[in-house]
Amino acid sequence: MSILVKATNIVSPLGFSTEENFSKILAGNSGVKLRDRKDLSPQPLHLALIDENSLNSAFASVVGEDKGYTRFEKIGLLSLSYLLHDKDIDLASADTLFILSTTKGNIELLEPAATAGQAKGDQAAACAKIEDIVQKGGIDNRDNHAATDKGPVVTTCADKTISQYPERLHLWHTAQLFANHFGFTTKPLVISNACISGLAAMVLATRMIKAGLYRRAVILGADAISRFIVSGFQSFMSLSASGCMPFDARRDGLNLGEGAASILLEAGDAMEGDIELVRGAMHNDANHISGPSRTGEGLFLAIRDALEGARPDLISAHGTATPYNDNMESIAVSRSGLNDVPVNSLKGYFGHTLGAAGLLEAIISIESMKAGVGIGTRGFEEYGVSEQINVIRDNFKHEINSVLKLASGFGGSNAAVLIRKNV
Amino acid sequence: METVRYLSIKDNAVLCDGKEVLYLPGEDFPSFAKTLYKESGAEYPKFYKMSDMCKLGFLAAEFLLKDLDEVKVADPDQKALVLGCRASSLHADIEYSRTMNDIPSPALFVYTLANIVSGEIAIRHCFRGEELMLVQDGPESREHENYLKVLMAEGKTKFCISGFVDYDENGKYIAELSLIKKK
Repeated sequence: MSILVKATNIVSPLGFSTEENFSKILAGNSGVKLRDRKDLSPQPLHLALIDENSLNSAFASVVGEDKGYTRFEKIGLLSLSYLLHDKDIDLASADTLFILSTTKGNIELLEPAATAGQAKGDQAAACAKIEDIVQKGGIDNRDNHAATDKGPVVTTCADKTISQYPERLHLWHTAQLFANHFGFTTKPLVISNACISGLAAMVLATRMIKAGLYRRAVILGADAISRFIVSGFQSFMSLSASGCMPFDARRDGLNLGEGAASILLEAGDAMEGDIELVRGAMHNDANHISGPSRTGEGLFLAIRDALEGARPDLISAHGTATPYNDNMESIAVSRSGLNDVPVNSLKGYFGHTLGAAGLLEAIISIESMKAGVGIGTRGFEEYGVSEQINVIRDNFKHEINSVLKLASGFGGSNAAVLIRKNV
Repeated sequence: METVRYLSIKDNAVLCDGKEVLYLPGEDFPSFAKTLYKESGAEYPKFYKMSDMCKLGFLAAEFLLKDLDEVKVADPDQKALVLGCRASSLHADIEYSRTMNDIPSPALFVYTLANIVSGEIAIRHCFRGEELMLVQDGPESREHENYLKVLMAEGKTKFCISGFVDYDENGKYIAELSLIKKK
């Protein structure tokens, strides 16, 4: 029995389908642009942002009425709608698992009292004044939720301000909102494990299906850019002054991006050409909460457990273009004896999409396997990491039958997933 | 798999295997946590920098693993963490966002992720095995239990700390951790 990839979708600044995203990056387009957005940052910044008008018009035609959804909810609902729209599957069955992977969910709703109400348009009504939440005694939804066998009843967003319904800041609540929209009846699983969340969701789904607990899984990985996130990364001095340069000698930080990626997985027997998730693992460095291990220990262990001796044709690195991350990855890849395997980073095309990143980049890697074209590392010119690994600068035509996808994140987290094409 | 020990911290009390080991009525969390830290005997100055959620998880793990030498000497790569929470890092998010318009604080921002508590416990006790942070609507989660069983059945994990660590936006707190051992 294999875990087969049945369908995928990507909603990013480059487009709203997997195909469109793949063809755009094949043609050398990037979603990262210099943006002057005073609502996000006092200074102009390189960001990958989804165009508001395109998002709203696609949402109206594909999802339906905007019931006061947040930007995060919109990109998530849109991606899942595209993924599921023509699939003849029973989403309500007890065999179907839904997983949400995100780092910050609806954090855009949390605005300091001083700026609440100055936000753009409809958002103003939706913004939580922190003091309101705190004075109100916080989030207590016992009144709004009649508990049922299926768990809590979730409030919809129509005409509800966040200060009335602050549980919208809770990720389990957002997951339930998505689940209700599409009619999933099993309890959603929510993973919030920093930048490895998307890969962790793939590993979790693989393990749960292999154990016979479900027959299929729908995973959504999503995060939206907000001032909360931008200001935090700025405070860490981890944002690049230009387009990011993964593995390059002059790299000076990352670009933030937003987007959603979704995937439909099913148990079945692999036919020729089918893509399957083989296995994966998550390991902690147990070293430092905001910096990677000097020896790449956690990532090395994750690679070991994901490969179990196999050799991938391509490594899709996390490659954020921060000095420490890329160097640590070169150490872990080298320690794993994979120095000659082609390595790329897709962050120059999408930016760092946080809770979506692992899944989004895995989906692009799946397209690489189907097309027999590896994507080069945009922004990489001059070699700049301590260990000699095979970082690919330009797109290359080659048969790619297996990809090792990597991710690392705050909290010392690391993950690796092996994806294979059946030949 | 078997449960070696069960530890909970809630309502100003610490319970080990259901028996009360400490009760400090009337203290708010920060002073309760400080007292617990001293009681635990941990000499770990980084504790004072942590968010309340991380302090809670750290203390629960401290009492959970106290004097369990078999865990100390086990291979770090086979020690796993499967945690759940309800409010993620929302309490820390609110603290950070108060600094957002002035001088955003990196010391607060680092705690605005649900899984940092796993990282703190991993560092303290050298847990380099499997790791996962789930967001649940409460401490009881069948899905969490199922995943734990699946992970333990895989056979690469010898010890696992599994449970729930939640510090919500009102300062309401609960930690319930079990130490699970492969049979």
